[in-house]
Amino acid sequence: MIIKTQKSIAASEITDPLIFKQRRQIIKSLLAITGAGFAPAWASENKPMWDNLPQGDFTVHDLTPTPLELIKNYTNYYEFAFNKEDSTDLAQHLAIDPWSVEISGEVEKPTRFHLEDMVRQQTLEERIYRFRCVEGWSMVVPWVGFSLASLLKSVKPLSRARFVKFTSIHEPEVMPNQRSNAMLTWPYTEALRIDEAMHPLTILAVGLYGDVLAKQNGAPLRLVVPWKYGFKSIKAIVKIELLEKPPLTTWNQAAPHDYGFYANVNPDVPHPRWSQNSERQLNSRFFTPRRQTELFNGYGEQVASLYRDMDLRHFF
Amino acid sequence: MMARIDKLWLTTLLACLIPLAWLLFDIAFDQLGANPIQALHIRLGDWTLRFLCFTLAITPVQTITKWRGMTIYRQMLGLYTFFYASLHLLSYLLVDHAFQWRMIGIDIIESSYIWLGIVAYIIVFLLAISTPKQIKKYLGKNWKKLHRFIYLAAGAGILHYFWQLKGNLVEPLFYLIIIVLLLGFRVLVWLTNRQLSKMMIPKSRK
Repeated sequence: MIIKTQKSIAASEITDPLIFKQRRQIIKSLLAITGAGFAPAWASENKPMWDNLPQGDFTVHDLTPTPLELIKNYTNYYEFAFNKEDSTDLAQHLAIDPWSVEISGEVEKPTRFHLEDMVRQQTLEERIYRFRCVEGWSMVVPWVGFSLASLLKSVKPLSRARFVKFTSIHEPEVMPNQRSNAMLTWPYTEALRIDEAMHPLTILAVGLYGDVLAKQNGAPLRLVVPWKYGFKSIKAIVKIELLEKPPLTTWNQAAPHDYGFYANVNPDVPHPRWSQNSERQLNSRFFTPRRQTELFNGYGEQVASLYRDMDLRHFF
Repeated sequence: MMARIDKLWLTTLLACLIPLAWLLFDIAFDQLGANPIQALHIRLGDWTLRFLCFTLAITPVQTITKWRGMTIYRQMLGLYTFFYASLHLLSYLLVDHAFQWRMIGIDIIESSYIWLGIVAYIIVFLLAISTPKQIKKYLGKNWKKLHRFIYLAAGAGILHYFWQLKGNLVEPLFYLIIIVLLLGFRVLVWLTNRQLSKMMIPKSRK
């Protein structure tokens, strides 16, 4: 497969460097006071979090990242709240340090990783990706993360492994909608086909805009699959299982006619109740036309071959 | 008396513009959150449903309080429902879609929740244009029949809200309960009146 490298955007376009620095100062001074009470251990070192990370090969040029404030205050985190604002505060109750991730199933070396160890073994990159929600809005996110394939290879998948299942944290004490068993089956789970999981575009993210992920954005570890609708990009991962059979996934299980297993971004396959033809980009002014949604969210060149000979209307 | 009512009428007329003023204030001071276009759109849709509820509450209030002369308020609130519904529609066409007709066309064809909104809007539109006295006179008894369709508009409007959500149905459910209660009251009054008028009529021979 030929995967083209695209030009990265100038660093100055990402965010006002002054604001960026100030934010970092605030985080640093907070860390100094609390002794890393709310951030993972690797974040507590008194130096810039991640400076000058290599830009991943798949950063799309011509993209202006959505301002951090918008990314942080417009989240679907149904464990905490059904609206997009309340999880900003509610998610702060989630304890994320220490954090461990279990990788098991059809692998030669089932492993329970401490998050710090896992991250240390991987090469972090900045990847600026489009993010398209099934609800019809989108943003551009400068993630900090590492290749999922590289992690999976380290535990040596068996040839039987055909699917990769991800499970979010189950913490009803701090997650109100888990406590009341509201709407979905908890904990949240998602899954990819093994070739999707091994695709170089698929990453596990630990950061955003060069800093650790905000809790409402899925800290400390979340999946990012940029050619699929946002609900596939599961947050706060505690378990990764390699499986022979396709597992049930949360939204697919809740409403199989509305949310398919694949959930590839596709303007020609509408949701049963609304069109997916266009999207509202966050940070656009009034009277700005909506963006024409692209097949595979614009990553067709890289991923279309995964779905060759598949009827995308049937496997939506 | 007349002067007092005029004052109340004028106060109501202006008070109904508060949601719009509030919205304009929030736009001016950037208080609409991360997706202001959607927030604006939802806010206008919400107020349309609220005004629809206010409009439908007038007759029950009149029945309970036996205060005559509330018809002018029902008319005013009904017209405000149309006003906010029109702004809601305009925000969809202009603020969100910038009159990109091809995109709008595809969106409408593929989005069944919008069809329900269109049904509700057409009804409210017809009710609004049948406001002038001459048209009311011309329609005669049909005017009342036509205006009963407001309950259909309410149902379609609420379903239009339900239909675009992924699962959290609390807010549209709230409107649904209100509309069902208001309609229930009207039906109850109607049944009671029918019962009363039946008792007036002598029983036919067996």
